[in-house]
Amino acid sequence: MKADIAKYIVGAVIVVAFVAYLIFSNKNSQNVIATNPASSGVTATDGTTITAATTAGTPPPTSGSSTTTAGQYKDGTYTGPVADAFYGNLQVVAVIQGGKLADVQFTQYPKDNGHSQQVSATALPILKQEAITAQNAQVNVVSGATQDSQAFEQSLSAALAQAQ
Amino acid sequence: MKQTRLLMGMPITVEIVDATATDDIFKEVYDYFIHIDGVFSTYKSTSEISAINHAAKPRDEWSEEMNMVFLLAEETKQATGGYFDIKKPDGSYDPSGLVKGWAIWNAAQLLQKRGYKNFYVDAGGDIQPRGRNIEGGKWSVGIKNPWNANETIKVVFVTNEGVATSGTYIRGEHIYNPKTGAAANEIASLTVIGPNIYEADRFATAAFAMGKNAIHFIESLAGFEGYMIDNDKVATMTTGFEKYTQQ
Repeated sequence: MKADIAKYIVGAVIVVAFVAYLIFSNKNSQNVIATNPASSGVTATDGTTITAATTAGTPPPTSGSSTTTAGQYKDGTYTGPVADAFYGNLQVVAVIQGGKLADVQFTQYPKDNGHSQQVSATALPILKQEAITAQNAQVNVVSGATQDSQAFEQSLSAALAQAQ
Repeated sequence: MKQTRLLMGMPITVEIVDATATDDIFKEVYDYFIHIDGVFSTYKSTSEISAINHAAKPRDEWSEEMNMVFLLAEETKQATGGYFDIKKPDGSYDPSGLVKGWAIWNAAQLLQKRGYKNFYVDAGGDIQPRGRNIEGGKWSVGIKNPWNANETIKVVFVTNEGVATSGTYIRGEHIYNPKTGAAANEIASLTVIGPNIYEADRFATAAFAMGKNAIHFIESLAGFEGYMIDNDKVATMTTGFEKYTQQ
């Protein structure tokens, strides 16, 4: 029983000393905070670490600063899941700058790498093509698009969901 | 008898060939679309979907229709490898991409239930026909020129198949990708003919996001044909498409 109390006291002293050290360090050096990797970067799902625009240790941005998250998303690069595009994989990377979607890249796209291109060339059926030409025929009804940019948004939504 | 009304931000046209058509049946169909708009419109603050998006409606209080649409959306997401998703980047839900085709299909079912056999329902260029046109022939459906709304560049003939077209004529800077020019920027429009308008519309919407792969996705689906127009004004068609170009 006595030995147990002694252990607690020694333990408590060590904890208090450690906390005091941390407080002291933080007070005297901002670098201690700034080097915390968890607050300064975003790790993409493929393992590459990218830099977020706002890092700890930087003064809080004033309104109008382009490096802050002014838009809907947090700055960074976000990789969407690999989607099966039927004869190869497709993967979208969304790049957010200034809180907005700045670029969309394809880390995997069937035509972008040699191997997939080869597979595509042999596996794809050859589909008939023709130049479009105006028809004079009277028709009962016409089919055309109304919802314009919606489809592309859908392909991006998975990647962008991570940027929230 | 043919009527057109502007609802849900698009013209909805119903033509009924059967001589028994009455004004009442048109009213019933349009009332259905008005009801659907009232439940699913993300632009209406009073809609059920708006209540859900504002966390003002717990799941166990959702209408049967809402539960059905969410179920169909999940099923479609699975069937399209994630290319179809009603969940938006901000976490809210916008099921309009699915609701349109589903509502057209339900409206056509309603007409059938009332005994009509020859008609079509067209909501913003997505069409569910039934039976025959007024001349007793197949329904002729023109595919719109993506660069000229007044021009038809292909004609297909259908009886009961749904015809849906997805497209993009707007290049917002946020969807422009100078590096690859890939995905949605590659194609101008994709028309899908499927077993019904619900099926045709959901696969047209999802496939469109795949860029030039879209036509191969449609080719891979049994019971579907497609006509894809790319930005070079070249059309690519699935292997069975031409059976619909004959009267």
